[in-house]
Amino acid sequence: MSQKNRLDGGQIDASAPLNFKFDGRSYTGQQGDTLASALLANGVRLMGRSFKYHRPRGVLTAGSEEPNALVELRTGARQEPNTRATTAELFDGLVAKSQNRLGSLRFDAMAINDRFSNFLTAGFYYKTFMWPKAFWEKVYEPIIRKAAGLGSLSLQDDPDVYDKGFLHCDLLVIGAGPAGLMAALTAGRSGASVILADEDFAFGGRLNGETFSIGDDAGAVWAAGVVAELDSLPNVRLMARTTVIGAFDHGIYGAVERVCDHLAVPDAGKPRQILWRIYTQRTVLAAGAIERPIAFENNDRPGIMLGSAIRTYANRFAVAADKRIAIFTNNDDGHRTAADLHARGVKIAAVVDVRADAPRSMDYEVLHGQVIDTKGRLGLTFAEVKLADGTTRTLDIGALGVSGGWNPNVHMTCHQRGRPTWNDDLAAFVPGGTLPDGMVVAGAANGDLSTHAALHGGAQAAKAALGLKGRLPNLPEAEDAPVNLTPFWYVEGCSRAWLDQQNDVTVKDVKLSHQEGFRSVEHLKRYTTLGMATDQGKTSNMGGLAIMAELAGKTIPEVGTTIFRPPYTPVAIGAFAGRHRGQDFHPKRLTPSHKWAEEQGAVFVEVGNWLRAQWFPRAGETTWRQSVDREVLATRGSVGVCDVTTLGKIDVQGADAAAFLNKIYANGFAKLAVGKVRYGIMLREDGILLDDGTAGRLAEDHFVVTTTTANALPVYRHMEFVRQCLCPDMDVQLISTTEAWAQYAVAGPNARKLLEKIVDQDISNDAFPFMACANITICGGLRARLFRISFSGELAFEIAVPTGYGDALMRKIMAAGAEFDVTPYGTEALGVMRMEKGHATGNELNGTTSALNLNMGRMVSAAKDSIGSVLSRREGLNGDDVLNQVGLKPIETDGLIPAGAHLMNADGPVDAAHDQGYVTSACYSPNLGHAIGLAFVKNGANRHGEQMRLVSPLTGVETRVEIVSAHFIDPEGERLRA
Amino acid sequence: MHDLPVITALGGSEPRVDVFDTITIAENDGVAFASVAARIGHEAACHTVLKTLLGAVPETGRAVLHDPEAGFCMGPDQWMLGAPRATHELLADQLKALFGDSASVTEQTGAWVCFDVTGTAMRDLSERICNVPIRTMVAGDVRRTVIHQLGCFVIKRTADDHIRILGPRASAGTLHHALVTAAQAL
Repeated sequence: MSQKNRLDGGQIDASAPLNFKFDGRSYTGQQGDTLASALLANGVRLMGRSFKYHRPRGVLTAGSEEPNALVELRTGARQEPNTRATTAELFDGLVAKSQNRLGSLRFDAMAINDRFSNFLTAGFYYKTFMWPKAFWEKVYEPIIRKAAGLGSLSLQDDPDVYDKGFLHCDLLVIGAGPAGLMAALTAGRSGASVILADEDFAFGGRLNGETFSIGDDAGAVWAAGVVAELDSLPNVRLMARTTVIGAFDHGIYGAVERVCDHLAVPDAGKPRQILWRIYTQRTVLAAGAIERPIAFENNDRPGIMLGSAIRTYANRFAVAADKRIAIFTNNDDGHRTAADLHARGVKIAAVVDVRADAPRSMDYEVLHGQVIDTKGRLGLTFAEVKLADGTTRTLDIGALGVSGGWNPNVHMTCHQRGRPTWNDDLAAFVPGGTLPDGMVVAGAANGDLSTHAALHGGAQAAKAALGLKGRLPNLPEAEDAPVNLTPFWYVEGCSRAWLDQQNDVTVKDVKLSHQEGFRSVEHLKRYTTLGMATDQGKTSNMGGLAIMAELAGKTIPEVGTTIFRPPYTPVAIGAFAGRHRGQDFHPKRLTPSHKWAEEQGAVFVEVGNWLRAQWFPRAGETTWRQSVDREVLATRGSVGVCDVTTLGKIDVQGADAAAFLNKIYANGFAKLAVGKVRYGIMLREDGILLDDGTAGRLAEDHFVVTTTTANALPVYRHMEFVRQCLCPDMDVQLISTTEAWAQYAVAGPNARKLLEKIVDQDISNDAFPFMACANITICGGLRARLFRISFSGELAFEIAVPTGYGDALMRKIMAAGAEFDVTPYGTEALGVMRMEKGHATGNELNGTTSALNLNMGRMVSAAKDSIGSVLSRREGLNGDDVLNQVGLKPIETDGLIPAGAHLMNADGPVDAAHDQGYVTSACYSPNLGHAIGLAFVKNGANRHGEQMRLVSPLTGVETRVEIVSAHFIDPEGERLRA
Repeated sequence: MHDLPVITALGGSEPRVDVFDTITIAENDGVAFASVAARIGHEAACHTVLKTLLGAVPETGRAVLHDPEAGFCMGPDQWMLGAPRATHELLADQLKALFGDSASVTEQTGAWVCFDVTGTAMRDLSERICNVPIRTMVAGDVRRTVIHQLGCFVIKRTADDHIRILGPRASAGTLHHALVTAAQAL
């Protein structure tokens, strides 16, 4: 199709045609077009269907405030719903589809809704779906969910990537219209670091859509000159296609830069969008103003637009909205549109002005009256005008520009609860109250609607923001027309005059809302949905407020506005996620022998960010249990090795290090001998267990504390809090060394024999007994640390080397242990062995348990003051039926013990009121040949030998079990002391 | 002498280098690190040793730079000192001998991965990965920051287009991936 509505000139490149498709039909546009301007150039007015009534809709605006022309842009996985055709930059190969229709755009079956509009008024959800109650979940909600929303999702993973970034500047200028450009220029010339951001792909703001001059140049030419100078300044960063979406605390602004949205497919590796966090000392808000419509009967037909939009399409995009156009206005700006169009050869059917004293024209007819109705099923064909003398006229037109005045864009001034103030001259809200710290508002956003005022305001705002001395720079001459406006919000007597075209809210809906008692503007919004959805009421809110004011007998400022919240325009969820998705959702922590474990075919499990080997399957093993059982038996039978690098390690040094640990741990550490390790428990302030682990004393003033993997960070944070806040006078220094050392547990009866082949020192039982520790060397001189500690219950050591040597040490251990059939074991075997030994871990230290629960009550020393010791003795933690950790074994050897199961008395009811405790850990013990469990049972310490019912309603398991000691293996500890 | 080979943080036998048009990301495995924290009541003595070693006591947010590393401030009376690993494998022991009871010294060589990011687009890359005011940072400025959820130090080196990033060694792969991805996205 030819571009039948294309004019000459404008800021498009007439020599660069671009092919695109809309609803399957091919069109041609030009470089510099938006999708909306290209469609209009091709005579396409019908671009979508409305939300509720599925009424035919065309473009209303030429900017991001667009409520109607929303499309599904692109295809396949890149299809993006609710994209505004008015801001979508045209590119070659663009494919767009209209949305929210059943059937074709022209014949939408859902348009039947419009026939039932009397039943679908404001609040119909709340009135209609009250009964029968049972229908809600099965009938109403599915139907509503299916009908709700506009565009559809592709339901495929987004193939594009999104970045996040951080920028810092002295001055952020939001908006690159005349005020923003002048502010940036003034600041940039001063040497300040400046960021100038604008949502458009072309800087210039309204200057691009106007014909008037600045100095000797057309406005757009002047803007291009300023941009060129700014671009040459190294201290100025120009950010086109960048929407500042919110003003946050401490001078932080969010901004979305659409890096590749104007391309069919982003270049390889390049982000589609970047979500910037901008840190700025000062901000000049020069976000301009948005024209508002007037509500009248059937004011939503395709072809009816804002007057400024028609002007922009003509002047910037070289597109006539139609061959015959009329204007409906209450202010002089509407006449500017008519004059510009007339100058470009477009037939102006009439300018309809509500004011008796409207300017006259020699070029077209100016009528004193109001547009009272329109016609045209899929697009405007006629407008009916009621003149001041009571007669009516019918205008044969294809486009109607509506101009109801301008609303300064106060959005960003209110993001920190600032409230705008009312300006009678503009009949609009302007920035007022408390602005975000460091913000100065300039130009139309400040209510200064002439070009001269914008230039002046921009320069002055930059000076004020940066505290620049001296006179204002010389400003070029520019139009300085006063605002001449008579407030006029809607035409009386209409039944279907649309206020919010995105949500299908009419004047009548607002009146109904008021009639039904929704008097607060916030209630009005929720009841009618006025101002919701993607445009957030940028063209509709003021009309609603005006009608509310009229109905309530108040002024508009008395009615007030709803709260403005970020983001200013919709932001893709992908932009918020950035790179943190899929495999990159969170960082990975790998131990130095990870590569070795991979070579062994290890199955890994996430433990926080760590990846730990869970088990090491071997050929012929078909289930994880086979691998785990083998690893357990091999370790207890000879020797096994496990990577325990992930355990937290905290270096504690200082003259008061021992006293500090005495404070941190509930049991005593002050007298721990150098070269010894002690098991310790830490309590929270409230007496609940925080963590357990060991601390080794390497020197009088030097300890190494180990924590569980999961609690490495919380324990370190706790210790730092104690050091800095509770004990600031103690001479103690902390630093995490978790990642500085690779550490391996070598366990089993042959553990010593294996390590003797590696360790340079004597590690016999006499020289290095149970709970010994030392700085040693291995393999002829590498510094290392050795701890004689055992989680498995076997003769065991933990050996640590600087991380870089971890891989080599693991390989060395495996080679040295070959003669003992050394077996690597993972976290599952580790878990089985610690359960067989009755050792607690995170399952037992679950944030609700005390030392007494773990039968360690006597470890909480009464002879010293330690954190949590006093509250651990409180009554609530020390009753007669306090939970105690016990072991469980099934009466029948094949009985199951699932973790999480609850325990009931052998005889008696099975319900929560008679609950006796619960299973914290359970496994199959290959050494015992049956399942075992660790559990907390009321008064469990005194119930060994008692039979109980184990019930697990979740898994349907019920097992008869016996309470036994938690120490299933080597209860006397002979093995670990061997 | 022992015969255990050392691997780099990225798991290789040699440091990895990734070269792009305007950015080079080089794993630096040649720096030994040790933390130094002044002991209470011995701050002056500790500062004296620092001055002797570095020429100055690194102030908050600052490093004293030498080649390949020197020292930077990590917190109140707490510093990270670096030296060539080839000659200072036992840096912590060497420093402890110098500081004596005036400071607690802890070996940190294995705790960190070190990347040198150089090139004309270094600032652009920095802005994509972390919240440091890279365009106003001068040589010797140090910032503690977060890169891809990882706590890191960013040190502005003497060359204008050079930063050194210290990140947690266990997450070297993640950090490297973040840097390379950002470089490709510029």
